Order: sequence, then structure tokens, then C-alpha cells
Amino acid sequence: MGPARRGGERQWAERRLGWMLCAPALAVMVGVTAYPLVQAVWLSLYSYRITDPAGRRFVGLRNYGVVLTDHLWWSDVATTVLITVITVAVELVIGFAFASVMHRIVFGRRVVRTAVLVPYGIITVVAAFAWRYAFALDTGFVDHAFGLGHFAWFGQRTSALFVIILAEIWKTTPFMSLLLLAGLAQVPGELLEAAEVDGATKAQRLFRVTLPNMKAAIMVALLFRTLDAYRIFDTVFVTTQGAAGTETVSFLAYRQTITRTALGLGSAVSVLLFVSVVLIAVVFVKGFGVDLARARGER
Amino acid sequence: MKRTARVAGPVLIVVWTLVPLLWLLSLSLKGGDHIDDGRFWPVAPTLRNYRTVFRTDLFTSALRNSIGISLIATVLSVTLATLAAYAIARLDFPGKKWMLSVALAIAMFPTISLVGPLFDIWRTVGLYDTWPGLVIPYLSFTLPLSIWTLAAFFREIPWEMEQAAQVDGATPWQAFRKVIVPLAAPGVFTAAILTFFFAWNDFVFGISLTSTNRARTVPAALAFFTGASQFEQPTAAIAAAAVVVTIPVVAIVLAFQRRIVAGLTSGAVKG
Repeated sequence: MGPARRGGERQWAERRLGWMLCAPALAVMVGVTAYPLVQAVWLSLYSYRITDPAGRRFVGLRNYGVVLTDHLWWSDVATTVLITVITVAVELVIGFAFASVMHRIVFGRRVVRTAVLVPYGIITVVAAFAWRYAFALDTGFVDHAFGLGHFAWFGQRTSALFVIILAEIWKTTPFMSLLLLAGLAQVPGELLEAAEVDGATKAQRLFRVTLPNMKAAIMVALLFRTLDAYRIFDTVFVTTQGAAGTETVSFLAYRQTITRTALGLGSAVSVLLFVSVVLIAVVFVKGFGVDLARARGER
Repeated sequence: MKRTARVAGPVLIVVWTLVPLLWLLSLSLKGGDHIDDGRFWPVAPTLRNYRTVFRTDLFTSALRNSIGISLIATVLSVTLATLAAYAIARLDFPGKKWMLSVALAIAMFPTISLVGPLFDIWRTVGLYDTWPGLVIPYLSFTLPLSIWTLAAFFREIPWEMEQAAQVDGATPWQAFRKVIVPLAAPGVFTAAILTFFFAWNDFVFGISLTSTNRARTVPAALAFFTGASQFEQPTAAIAAAAVVVTIPVVAIVLAFQRRIVAGLTSGAVKG
């Protein structure tokens, strides 16, 4: 038996084994997402309420027309974008500060890393309750502590959004800071030393050496967090139930499909949400050149 | 001044992360009369709320459901992910890159988009308000993270050691059990922790695909909790329940801090 033929057989066996090992995971991942997604597109073409199955009828793209001409959809999109942009921007700054502290820390390294992981691991709903009760008119301590009298934080849009954004930032900054910490670890120490010897100021070293060298880590962190923030649901549900102009796109989709059981219209909202998430991902990958192969640790 | 900065940074981080937790703990210890006194610390701490919570069927059954569903999802997800990650790290086959891209796409999927159709499908096939009805979506959304973490981890394992052990007279099974399993276990364990956190945290599927104590999980139950009586404010009871379900999270973080950090960063950035 020649080595070439044996090699061919081996290669074939290896391929088959590879596919067999991946098949179960692939089936579960695709089965639970692709089929329901197709179903969502299908349902979005119908006027269909669960409470009235007999009244189901094909309406074509009319549901999309209804959603896209409704002022509620656009104001929810604006709210979601506002939350996303502020949350991610603030998190990037705080997360970078955290990462720098953790990068340089000598004593108490374990304590700080453990503390940082607690918000990451805690249930989002639990965190949202903590913030809601802290700012609530009856049970809260914030008004008391800052001498604000009886300020109703959840009574108006700006202050309600402030609490929601604060809760999100608290919960997800740790994730951001750990990704940035991994990026910081890759900045070559010799470069920083060379810059210092050449008389570069602290700011110059940060903006000319550190940040450019961890661009890949920053972009991946931004991509993940932007997509995550755009899907915000739990915190809004717990704090305001979408009242006072704090409804987000995810909450609208939930309200239409589950609360109102208007599956047709709700599916149209869901499909539009999916499309906007894909658009964000495409903008990051094509527009900013986020290298996802690198993100997967292949290179 | 430099020294103060060095101490101030870590202290600020710890304060920032712990204040909301302490607040929740303090709220859970407040008695009915003190719940709206506007203070941060409880004046007369009491464990009454914890008794209320553990006597409430809604909470105890939710706790049971959450623990059961999260553990089952974790075991299944990590098993399937280990198979796939082994193939990706060790074998050469067409479609490998594609598999990783699919996983990546699914990790970015807005879960709420699926809730409507899943709600409809689950009601038809009888999975609505059951444990498998939640385990299945948890599986598909935790697999991507597990696969990346494990694939990144398996690439670093010195697989030649398996052959070396066999040359030294070990049987293939011994070589696998005594050499490869100990090397791979930390990675598998890390993936399990991250998967458990996801399942434990989920709210979207929990409220949409369940309706009763049969399968309703803790995050969903908290949102519908009304307290001991309809006329009493549930605030302190919810705080107590929230503290109870946070204990396992804190315990896991305390015990496995290093592995969680490694798991979160390994798949994400590697130069």
C-alpha cells in the first residue's frame, strides 16, 4: 500500500470525523435559529392574532408598512440608539480605566478581578431591581443621600433613561474591561519604553503607542458590546416597563408578540430588529474592518 | 501622590462593583416598617424576608427550575461543544471556518426576534412551559461561546504527549484518561461556567416560553413576584430572593476567578 493512497484514505476519514463531531452542535444552533427566523418572516406577512386564529389572513408587506410609518417604531429606534451609543461610549472609557488599573496592579490583584467579575455574573434582572429600588420614590436611598427631596426618577424620559443606562454600564463594563485588558497585555513593552526614552508625554504614549497597538481588541469589544446593548430588554422590563418614553426595539417586539399576541405585526418588528443587528455587524466588519478571524484566535 | 493613585484605582473598582450588591443585601434585611426609610443601611436587620421567600411556592419552584434547567443545558452544551471544538482544533476538514462563522453569527443574534415564532412552535409541539422548552434555546445560544472558548483552549494542548505516553507503554485509553483529560479539563470547566452563567441569567426565554411554576425560572419569577400578600409591597421579598440567587454567582466567581477571565478573553483576542 503506497503512502499516498493511505494518506488519501486517512484524509477522508479525518474529514468524515470532523463533520460528524460538528454535526450535533451545528444542528442545534441552526435548528433553533434558522427555522424560527424563516417562520418569523412568514408570520410577518400575515395579519394574525393568537386569540383569533380564524381571522388569519395574508397581507403581504402591509405589516412592515404599518411598523415603518408608525411614529412609535422610530421613537423606539431613537431610544435604543441613544442607550446604545451612550452606554458603549462610557463603557469604553471606564472599561479602559479599569483595564489599566488591573494591568498595573501589584497588590490585591485577585480581589479586584473577583470584584469585577461579580457584575458580569449577576443576573441582569437582579441588577436592574437593585438600581430600580435604589432610585425608587418609596424605597430608594439616592434621593435621600443626595438631598434631592422627592425626585421621581422614573417619571420622565431623561432621568429614567439615566438610571437604565447606569444599570447597563454597571453590569457590562467588566466584560469590556476584561477584553481591553487582554488587548493591553499585547502592547509591546519595548515600544512604550522606547517612546518614554524619546521623551514622549504620557498622553502621547497613550494615543500614539498604546491605543493603536490594541485597536483589534478595542474594535472587537465595541462590536460585541454594541450588538449586545442594541438588544437591551431585561433592564427596561424591570425598571420602567417601557413607560416614560423608554421603550426599546426589543421591548416593542416582545410587547407585540407576547403581550398583545399580535404575531403578524410582532414578527415584522422582530424581523426589522434582526435586520438592524445584521446592519450594525456589517458596518463594523466592512466599515471599520474588524478582523473576526483574529477575534476567533485563528491568527 | 503616585502611591495614592495606585491604591485609589483598585479601591474605586471594588466600591463600584460592590455598592449595588450591598444595597440589595441591606434592602433584604429591612423590616416592613423600615423599607421606605430612605437609608442605605437597615436600622433593625431581620431575616423575615428570607423566610417569606422560602415559603413562597413561586420562588422555591422557580429556584428548582432554574437550577435544573441551567445544569442540564450546561452539561449538554459543553458535551456538544467539546466534540465540535476538538474537531476544529485537531482535524482538517472543509467547512471548519464556516462552522466558526455560523457560531459567531448566532452569538450576535437578537434572541427576542425568535421569541414570537418559538412561542408559536412550542405551543404546537407541546414544548411550551416545559424544561426542554428552555433547555433547547439555551443550548443553541451557549454553544457559540463554548465552541470558541474550547477551540482556543484545545489549540494550546500539546497533543503529542498522548503518543509519547503510548510509546512509554500506556494503552490508548490510559493515555487519553491520564494525559489528555487532565489537560483538557480546565478548558471544559471554563466553558461550563460561562454556559451556566448564560442559562442562569436568561430572562427573555424565561418569560416568553413559560407560564406556570412548571418551568418558570428565577429571573422570570422575580418579575412577577407579588410578595406574601397581595397588599404588601414585594420589594424586600424580591431583594431577599435576589440575594439568594446571587450567592451561587458570587461563590463561582470567588472560586474560579482566574478560569473565567481566561475563558472570556481567550476566544476574544489573540494576537
